[in-house]
Amino acid sequence: MNDKRGFSFYALAAFFALFLLFLYGPTITIFILSFQGPEGGLTFPMRGVSLHWFSKLMEGVGVVDIGAAFMRSLKLGLLVTALTVLLSVSAALAFRKRMRGANVLFYVAVASLIMPSIIVSLGVGLSFRLLDTALKFLFDWAGWTGMSESFTTTMGLYTSALGAQLTWTLPFGLLVMFAVFNRFNSAYEEAALDLGATPWQSFRHVVLPLIAPSVVGVGMFGFTLSWDEIARSSQAIGDLNTLPLELQGLTTTVTTPVIYALGTLTTAISFLVVGLAIGIMALVRRRARGRKLQAT
Amino acid sequence: MSASLKKLLSRGAPAWLQAGPYALVFVLFFILPLVLIVAVSFWDATEYEMIPAFTPKNYLAIFEGCSNASDLCVTLKTYYSTLKFCFLAWFFTLVIGFTVAYFLAFHVRTTAMQTVLFLLCTIPFWTSNVIRMISWVPLLGRNGLINDFLMHTHLVSQPQDWLLFSSFSVVLAFIHLFTIFMIVPIFNSMMRIDRSLLEAALDAGATPWQTLWNVIVPLSRTGIIIGSIFVITIVMGDFVTIGVMGGQQIASVGKIIQVQTSYLQFPLAAANAVILLLVVLMIIWALTRLVDIRKEL
Repeated sequence: MNDKRGFSFYALAAFFALFLLFLYGPTITIFILSFQGPEGGLTFPMRGVSLHWFSKLMEGVGVVDIGAAFMRSLKLGLLVTALTVLLSVSAALAFRKRMRGANVLFYVAVASLIMPSIIVSLGVGLSFRLLDTALKFLFDWAGWTGMSESFTTTMGLYTSALGAQLTWTLPFGLLVMFAVFNRFNSAYEEAALDLGATPWQSFRHVVLPLIAPSVVGVGMFGFTLSWDEIARSSQAIGDLNTLPLELQGLTTTVTTPVIYALGTLTTAISFLVVGLAIGIMALVRRRARGRKLQAT
Repeated sequence: MSASLKKLLSRGAPAWLQAGPYALVFVLFFILPLVLIVAVSFWDATEYEMIPAFTPKNYLAIFEGCSNASDLCVTLKTYYSTLKFCFLAWFFTLVIGFTVAYFLAFHVRTTAMQTVLFLLCTIPFWTSNVIRMISWVPLLGRNGLINDFLMHTHLVSQPQDWLLFSSFSVVLAFIHLFTIFMIVPIFNSMMRIDRSLLEAALDAGATPWQTLWNVIVPLSRTGIIIGSIFVITIVMGDFVTIGVMGGQQIASVGKIIQVQTSYLQFPLAAANAVILLLVVLMIIWALTRLVDIRKEL
């Protein structure tokens, strides 16, 4: 490439700057507007600066209990994160060996990733409804009237919604792990195994420390994707909604900046998790480097 | 990976045990539901229950009146409008995504700067889509910044209503939300291009435009196709963005399925899902004729 920055560089740099403005501008706008004074509305001008709309948010919006939805989303998110990390890392290890059906499993994961979410959501919701019908039939047939009367549905946060979200987070998890193992130098691992380490020892003390930053990354994918997920859980959620589903419902009914306050809050949580993940990754890398220096 | 390592690795836990739980999730929550969708699409239904059967009546209901050439039926109209959104979203995300990736890959010189700018592009991806949609309200609304500006400068005499809750705002939101799905794979492809090829092209007398069109674009093909598959499949099934940004007034295929599901018309919704799936599969099939995803990670 030529050394002098030409016209094309400045044109492209300007384009890039405009793109960043386009990406961040609107979010910054509602961030500012969420601190709108009590008299203020959905648009500028700002009528004072206050935390009024955040305190309104804590009281609940209409019939929606924001605090409860928040906790539900948090718990589901943490569960999705744990499962995404465990299952993806374990599956990625299996892909490094000779495994029958490896290609099929890979393409199923990719298919799940690009499948229109409404189809997955409908399918999961439908499956659980059929399961409900089957169970009711079974209870009646067996004569368990008590069970039959008290039974309502198997659909819920930790059954159908969890499954629906995993079809979205697990493919991301596996793709990240694939990218890691494609660049992975297995010489250390081979040495450990040659020297008589058990497969578990070699994984625990050699492979895991090397891939740890990426494992944290998989966890970050798991949490943030679950935290904001709407499309796949929408038809498979049961009676109690997650925070983003409540939020989606509120967009048509709420006409005060309280919705911006909610936006600022959920965005803050996302940023917190991303920041935390990046921090842990940096820490793990530093520790690994420290060890290497000690060893030499 | 060497053959000897594969042998050493095979002494550990069996592969099927390690991949089993992962595969099980997809069997239970992806494959089984898809099979059930296809089965139920042939079922009969009353207003409050599904009846196992084998009838084409759901499909016939969807395409009722579609043989009339002079006036498009609802289904074809909806597909036409969804495909139009799809094309617009694909076109703009591709042009913008390619330009941004090109700038990052070939005009930013240090790796550190590349990483920082790339991260800046990806960070919004980690935040809520609905929040990013409603964040357009204070800008595009009747009393929003854009209308304020237009009124103050006397460019228009009345606030413009087509800016928000319209096809325009839907496409804008698609571009806003999904350009990232173009940037990441295209940037990834571009970073693999051997820089000496570009020098060779310049040395051989190619203009920068010729280099771009005849060297960089063909070598970024994989990224372009992966990004296109992502954007097209998301937009084809979308109901959240079209719902929120269209003020719940614009029809789409995904929205039809969502509404039918919420009214518990499962067989009809399932038949619509099967048709949508076939359309999406045809588009992907056409695109994947050109690329092997697995080699690109």
